[in-house]
Amino acid sequence: MSDLNTKMVEKYRNDFLKEVEANVEEGDWVKMCMQCGVCSGSCPLGPHWEHPPQEIFMMIRAGKRDEVLKSESMWMCTSCYNCIVRCPRELPITHIMHGLANYAHRLGIAPKMNPTRRFAKMFWKNLTAGGRVNELKLSIRLYFMDGFASGIKKGLEMLPVGLGMLKTGRLNAFGLLGGGKCKGADGIHKMLKKAEEIENRRKGFAS
Amino acid sequence: MADMKIGAYLCKGCGLGERLDTAQLEMIAQREGKAQVVKSHDFLCNAAGVQMIKDDVANDGVNHIVIAACSRRSKTEAFNFEDVAISRVNLREGVIWVTPEGDETKELVQEMAVDYVRMGCAEVAKMQPPEPNPNHGNNKRILVVGGGLSGLTAALESARTGYDVLLVEKTGGLGGWLSKLHKRVPSREPYADPQDTGLADLIKQVEAEKRIKVFLNSTISKTSGAPGQFSVDISTESGSTATENVGGIIMASGFETYDINKLPELGGGKSQDVVDQAGLEQLAKAANGGAIKRPSDGKEVKSVAFVQCAGQRDTTGKHLAFCSGHCCNTSIKQAMYFKDQNPDVDTVVIYTDLRTPGNGEDFYRSAQKKGVIFTKGKVSEVVPGAELQVKFKDLILNDDAVAKADLVVLATGMVANSGIDMEAQLLAEATERDEAKKAKDAGEAVAEKQEKPKGVSILNLTYRQGPDLPHLKYGFNDSHFICFPYETRRTGIYTCGPVRRPMDAVQAIEDATGAALKAIQAVENAMLGRAAHPRSGDLSFPTFRREGCTQCKRCTVECPFGAIDEDEQRYPQFNESRCRRCGTCMGACPVRVISFENYSVDTVGSQIKAVEIPDEMDEKPRILVLACENDAYPALDMAAMNRVQYSAYTRIIPVRCLGSINTIWVTDALNSGYDGVILMGCQKGDDYQCHFVRGSEMAHYRMSKIDDTLKQLNLEVERVTTHEVAITDIARAPKIINDMAETIGKIGLSPLKF
Repeated sequence: MSDLNTKMVEKYRNDFLKEVEANVEEGDWVKMCMQCGVCSGSCPLGPHWEHPPQEIFMMIRAGKRDEVLKSESMWMCTSCYNCIVRCPRELPITHIMHGLANYAHRLGIAPKMNPTRRFAKMFWKNLTAGGRVNELKLSIRLYFMDGFASGIKKGLEMLPVGLGMLKTGRLNAFGLLGGGKCKGADGIHKMLKKAEEIENRRKGFAS
Repeated sequence: MADMKIGAYLCKGCGLGERLDTAQLEMIAQREGKAQVVKSHDFLCNAAGVQMIKDDVANDGVNHIVIAACSRRSKTEAFNFEDVAISRVNLREGVIWVTPEGDETKELVQEMAVDYVRMGCAEVAKMQPPEPNPNHGNNKRILVVGGGLSGLTAALESARTGYDVLLVEKTGGLGGWLSKLHKRVPSREPYADPQDTGLADLIKQVEAEKRIKVFLNSTISKTSGAPGQFSVDISTESGSTATENVGGIIMASGFETYDINKLPELGGGKSQDVVDQAGLEQLAKAANGGAIKRPSDGKEVKSVAFVQCAGQRDTTGKHLAFCSGHCCNTSIKQAMYFKDQNPDVDTVVIYTDLRTPGNGEDFYRSAQKKGVIFTKGKVSEVVPGAELQVKFKDLILNDDAVAKADLVVLATGMVANSGIDMEAQLLAEATERDEAKKAKDAGEAVAEKQEKPKGVSILNLTYRQGPDLPHLKYGFNDSHFICFPYETRRTGIYTCGPVRRPMDAVQAIEDATGAALKAIQAVENAMLGRAAHPRSGDLSFPTFRREGCTQCKRCTVECPFGAIDEDEQRYPQFNESRCRRCGTCMGACPVRVISFENYSVDTVGSQIKAVEIPDEMDEKPRILVLACENDAYPALDMAAMNRVQYSAYTRIIPVRCLGSINTIWVTDALNSGYDGVILMGCQKGDDYQCHFVRGSEMAHYRMSKIDDTLKQLNLEVERVTTHEVAITDIARAPKIINDMAETIGKIGLSPLKF
């Protein structure tokens, strides 16, 4: 467990709701949930969540810190925004789910092998490297995420799609060689570093 | 009383002239109906048509009028003539709108119309022009019992409408429960914070009102009389009694909280730090805006748990079965007492369903913003201790959980302060007697008990039907929560506020205003010797032929409104002003001596006999429908408006209530050759919709015994059916008729046609 996690546990003791309100994106909306369950009923992946959003809000209020932050549930969100549209209390549920996932990741207690988390990391790395997403590299990394054999298999499966995209100019085969970077990548790196500093300071993450 | 002169007026409008042979109808009215004046008009309900009738009444001495036009429910304002007996023959909704057009059916339709004209003439011949009840009172003063929010509002509203008011309060001060509150649930935008009760201002207004006379420390020791002429003894604590006359009574005796000691599993009575909502108001009042301290050790409360539905919505029969409606909003308000004073106090409301009527949803949202935690769960136990443990089942997470708190507040709900429930007591006594008898039979010694009404009566009525208003459900005083609110089963006495049904302050204010209007309606009608409601303005009242009465007491027992007492010689004594004119007594009387001037065993009986029963060879059955004028008859009217058709062999007679149906009508009808009889009344039972409470139930009970009569006459039991019909049964009511026609088709015509 990371130092940051220990620090937060000590800081908020057993008031997990307060911790969420302070540190999670849109976290101060959690208390406004009225437990109607429309979000859970609206989610296209609803049945596959271990704890649907309604339950997560309840668990936060009940102080179930570990169960929430170590859960795979909020990583299930595909950002379809159905819940936000339907919530009678107008909670930004999608944002809160991503906020919770991000917070768990920052604390270092998010499930390590969660595929969404791994893809998110890949995406972030790919994006921030050059300031622009290299789609070819990103998809290859995604296919080979679980090893060489399964990567080849997935690649072959997707071959017709890839060829079609090449033919219509939607995919640049030279992406493999690099390139596609934006002009001021250094500047972007600086900006991201500064933003991280500000966030850490504001949320008290800095050591 | 001048000689009877019948005038029959036939309308030719609305297609009546085209579909029916009006000339023949005129002839029937004249020859068979014995109408001295017979006229038809192209448009009877227009000014000229009405004037024609008025002129005949004024100049020609017509005092009995038959109007053969539309349903008695239409054009009531046009056909409103005073001091005459009126019969409405329903040719439009009753005949031409429910039968198919065309040559094939023309004869049947005409027969139907002819019979209805005969019936109208026969009815009116047995009617008397009604005259107002001569025994009416003329006191317009209104007595309000109870000086809480409901009582104060009712008094103020009545006074401002121009009526003198006596306000009787049991305690030494006005305000009731409202005076015990720290603050009230908000009644104004933005519904975000607890609000001042506003009681001081309300009391000031009442005290400044010249028409209101307040009696503090007083109770009602005796109430007798009737609307417009109640006599009330007001006893003060010191022992003096004042007798006052009033016209109407509003009972706003409020509620008590459910006894917290009955909830030991929730810590009630076991720990000082478990209080009910009233207890918390007391603590908040003592704190007066400062930190609320708990009763046991005076420690400032840092965490508080609210347990909703404590002893409420109980399905085991041990506690209150109902929801009191106000407690969720009240707990939200009380949680705010803590949060507004110190946002760091932990407040958790444990609920199963959060019900926030009115603008409570905004208030709920405001509490969430302030950080009150709402947990959906069912509390099983509160463990007393320095730190109380509230054990509950989390219903969202399906998990057992514990909340720790310095103070626990139980939302215990309202118990109506409704006095003595005579009916329940009579029932209990009867069971007790039965059991005692059984025990005696078994040889056990039983101590004889002197039975006296248990509990404290509020009104101390001198009615033979008990000292207080009958209870409707769960001890609340009302006749029907939705259809006829405020109307109790004692005419001229109305209830409002939480004694009528559980409610909050906003609803109580509305309720008090409504009850005040009902009381005003009753006293005004009583002044004119007319019925209060639902037959508001009806002048007729029941009388009985003394020499025929057998003193069987059925009328006094079965009157749903306690309008009939017994005099010294044990004859029924009608209190006309209390009477609602339902005729339940008339239906009950085995010797048929009770009648109204315009509604009697004869008026309906003669209509039944006026229908011409065709010879068996004609194969034309006759179906008699006795339909309640409150729900079934309008349902049939509406069916007609929608052109839903039913058998042209049907003859419908509206009755005031199914309870007024005397079994002689059914026997007579069968004897004279009707093939089927249908009774249509309102829903009976616990969720009754009968305007006269028990009429429909009584009729169903009486009709359950009709099978014997049918067997004696050698008739099939299917020929008489009794139905519960709601006003919305527009398709069902005609279907019942058609089903009967079908049944008759199967079992054949009645053999009793002569």
